[in-house]
Amino acid sequence: MAVSILHRATGVALTFAGLGILTWWLYAIASGPAEYDGFTKAATHPVGLVVLVGLTWSFFQHLLSGIRHLVMDTGQGFELGVNKTFAILTVVGSVLLTAALWFYLLGLAK
Amino acid sequence: MTRGESASPLGRVRGLGSAHHGGEHWLTERVTSIALLLLGIWLIASLLLLPALDQRTVTEWLRAPSGAVPMALLIIIGFRHALDGVKVVVDDYVQEEGSRFAWNTILLFLAVGGAALALFALARIAFGTAA
Repeated sequence: MAVSILHRATGVALTFAGLGILTWWLYAIASGPAEYDGFTKAATHPVGLVVLVGLTWSFFQHLLSGIRHLVMDTGQGFELGVNKTFAILTVVGSVLLTAALWFYLLGLAK
Repeated sequence: MTRGESASPLGRVRGLGSAHHGGEHWLTERVTSIALLLLGIWLIASLLLLPALDQRTVTEWLRAPSGAVPMALLIIIGFRHALDGVKVVVDDYVQEEGSRFAWNTILLFLAVGGAALALFALARIAFGTAA
């Protein structure tokens, strides 16, 4: 139930913030180094970083709960125990993947 | 053969409903999700494997077919999947027919416009003369 709502919320976040930032990023690359600097400044600003970390978590959460929905579409995983374990694993997995990605990214920056 | 004799539950609902494509919408959402699973992993892996994320490096990456083609697919399938997804949210939460139509139309325009803008930017990167 909660994970199902998370799937929708992260989907909406990825739609507007995710595709919006992807388009902005591509446009900045196409416009040249000066425009790209503006994007980099916004992306590395503390607020920008919080948004990007939130988006990568949304991406991993939507990906994992999406796999869960695909499995459930085949009619499997509806037993209470299995269903709950699978739901919790999507949240644990998305947090771990986000943490791993950003530890790697920020480690490279140093 | 009538549709009622079809073997699977999905087969029975395809073509039914007032719009005659509710089943297709459901199926498309799932097929695009599998494509985006692969393209999403491709994007994250590519960004991690690039030596740097400055303008010159990402431009070189997106000028090569191995970068430009998956990115074009990610844009087209990503906007399509997003539109399919938010339409489900609108259809679930917006009760009144008129505002539901308005919301779905605004979102359709945003999705098509956003995809066109992103593809135009990608084309400028891929075919542009400046490195």
